[in-house]
Amino acid sequence: MMKHILGVLVENHPGVLSKVSGLFSRRGFNIYSLAVGMTEDATVSRITIVVEGDSYIVEQVTKQLNKLIDVIKVSDIGNDSVTRELALIKVKANPKTRHEIVEIINIFRAQVVDITKNHLTVEITGDSEKITALEDMLKDYGIEEMVRTGAIAINRGKRMLKYGDKNKGGHENGNNVL
Amino acid sequence: MQMTGAEAVVRALELEGVNIIFGYPGGAVTHIYDAFSRSKIHHVLVRNEQAAAHGASGYARATGKVGVCISTSGPGATNMITGIATAYMDSIPIVAITGQVPLSMVGRDVFQEADITGATEPFTKYSYLVKNPEDLPRIFKEAFYIASTGRPGPVLIDIPKDIAMAPLDFEYPDEVNLRGYKPTYRGHPGQVKRMVKAIEESRRPLICVGGGAVSSDATAEIMELAERIKAPVASTLMGIGAFPGDHRLSLGFLGQHGIYAANRAVEEADLLILLGARMGDRATGKTQEFAQRAKVIHVDIDPAEIGKNIGVNIPIVGDIKTTLGELLKKDIDRHDWGWLSTVRAWKQKHEGVGDCLKGLNPMEVIKKLSGMVPENTVLVTDVGQHQIWAGRYYKTRKPRGFLTSGGLGTMGYGLPAALGAKLGRRDSEVVLIIGDGGLQMNLAELATLVQEGAGVKIMILNNGYLGMVREIQEEIHEARYYQTRMEGNPDFIKLAQAYGIKGFRVESQERIEWGIRKLLNWDGPIIGEFVIDPTANVIPILGGKDDEAHIRGIG
Repeated sequence: MMKHILGVLVENHPGVLSKVSGLFSRRGFNIYSLAVGMTEDATVSRITIVVEGDSYIVEQVTKQLNKLIDVIKVSDIGNDSVTRELALIKVKANPKTRHEIVEIINIFRAQVVDITKNHLTVEITGDSEKITALEDMLKDYGIEEMVRTGAIAINRGKRMLKYGDKNKGGHENGNNVL
Repeated sequence: MQMTGAEAVVRALELEGVNIIFGYPGGAVTHIYDAFSRSKIHHVLVRNEQAAAHGASGYARATGKVGVCISTSGPGATNMITGIATAYMDSIPIVAITGQVPLSMVGRDVFQEADITGATEPFTKYSYLVKNPEDLPRIFKEAFYIASTGRPGPVLIDIPKDIAMAPLDFEYPDEVNLRGYKPTYRGHPGQVKRMVKAIEESRRPLICVGGGAVSSDATAEIMELAERIKAPVASTLMGIGAFPGDHRLSLGFLGQHGIYAANRAVEEADLLILLGARMGDRATGKTQEFAQRAKVIHVDIDPAEIGKNIGVNIPIVGDIKTTLGELLKKDIDRHDWGWLSTVRAWKQKHEGVGDCLKGLNPMEVIKKLSGMVPENTVLVTDVGQHQIWAGRYYKTRKPRGFLTSGGLGTMGYGLPAALGAKLGRRDSEVVLIIGDGGLQMNLAELATLVQEGAGVKIMILNNGYLGMVREIQEEIHEARYYQTRMEGNPDFIKLAQAYGIKGFRVESQERIEWGIRKLLNWDGPIIGEFVIDPTANVIPILGGKDDEAHIRGIG
């Protein structure tokens, strides 16, 4: 089944995330990943949802999302876009293997963010496939722990997901993000 | 103006033009009730909070205004859920107010705490947990706007006790600004043009009206359309009344339990014009076999309904009344090539409920009732066989004249909804048709009828069974009847007397008309128990059985 990335602008109110995620479970839609955060407008949050399904499902998801009063805008982010995920991977590394691992990490343009005698922690950003590829490479050394965010995506060039006439309120970072 | 949160609630309701609310007090709403005691708003004390929500819903359905109900926190609020969900499924505008434990206590599982905004999330159009007393005026303004515009539906406002006690500076906003909520009323002109073309090209057009046609108040436009394009009109259960049932172009209601002519017309039509009908499973049966020959035009104010259940060729997002208004400005005329006479022949098909040797024939009772009530009567049903019989055999002549729990199918809805309808339309005759099972579900509301002097005419069709389930057991489970016989039914006449309500029983065919006349002539609430044959079934026994097989699919 095709994966689709939906960008969803929502009111930055408490409870909105549960309304959005509740809708998915209630209507039997599958979420592959979901990421949420603030936008350039403090009153608006942006949720990026990756859904699996055919065009009927995506149309239904879009319509049902639009029906939620706290949802301001929904857009199917197409292929002409930049998609990123972030992962932190803690991999076993002794003095013998450390050098090899760092080489691999460099090829992926990932970074070492923590090191101990027996571990390396790697930070990588990229699309889903890239992260999975690095994970695959590191598996042989022994991955002790891994954490991955959902995808976030933005259109290239002129195309934007924005709500027009609003630009008020100061940023209160961390306050009231859903 | 300075006032408390509780006073702000009452003031906001007054400014919204509310003059009646349905509710039940409790610890978390005493301050709000104290404020009500100083208001002109009439409070109807129900006997269970579920009835408060059904009462508000019946009121809203009968009047077209927003119904309002209120309960305390915890169990009061959870009791209302069934009524809220019933209203949600039928797109009925109500505002439900619930008390909540003080904000500082929320989330600690204190006495009578329930997360009611969470619990009603799937059944409300929107909900609020008030966290700041200054937000109350805006929230009430938005709540009434959201409930009554676009596709109507219930909105819940959860008010913590300390918010009700807190002071605020009350200023009621003039308008609402919700950037995520802008319903489309006017259908896209290009799509309307395509609709005109499709109508002109059609040989066998059929109009199907749903609940949206009622809430949009579009009867006049639908009538003009049907007459100008010479199209018969079928209706879903919720659409009954949107087009007069006694009109020559009316086919009655379609679907699993629908009228032969309506279903046959759906099968044969080459153009199906859906107006505010969401085409739920009970209306379509198997969707793969529904209206296979027809091009489908779907007009609905909720874009999410278009294409959800059945495929659509010309989708039009818009209000029925507004959009048909635009359509009718255009030059649309069609010549009828004999389609109407074909359809008229189907209407002659005899349908019935069986022989009925063991008691009254419910079809006969309902047909007689239909012929004897005044035109502007509001018929309220409960849920079950009698609901379908009423849908099939009662001719509703006016919009908002047939109230039923169509989507959720809530037994127990009938009595409190009839109460709400009567209190909203004191001048109209309000007749409740209900089974012996459904009446007992919210029986206590008889006391509310008496207390309000609400002259609801209650017609019990008593077969001593949960008839709809009994019928399924007969059809599907080889007549192994289990847990459907209502042992221990009370004597409904004595029961009526205990409430101080007039009661009588009709057991013979000759007395049917007498009984109906007695119901209609009585001033005040009255119960007429009509003892019907328990073997009477919804599925027509005579004729049409094979033809309808594919749309039945009971279960």
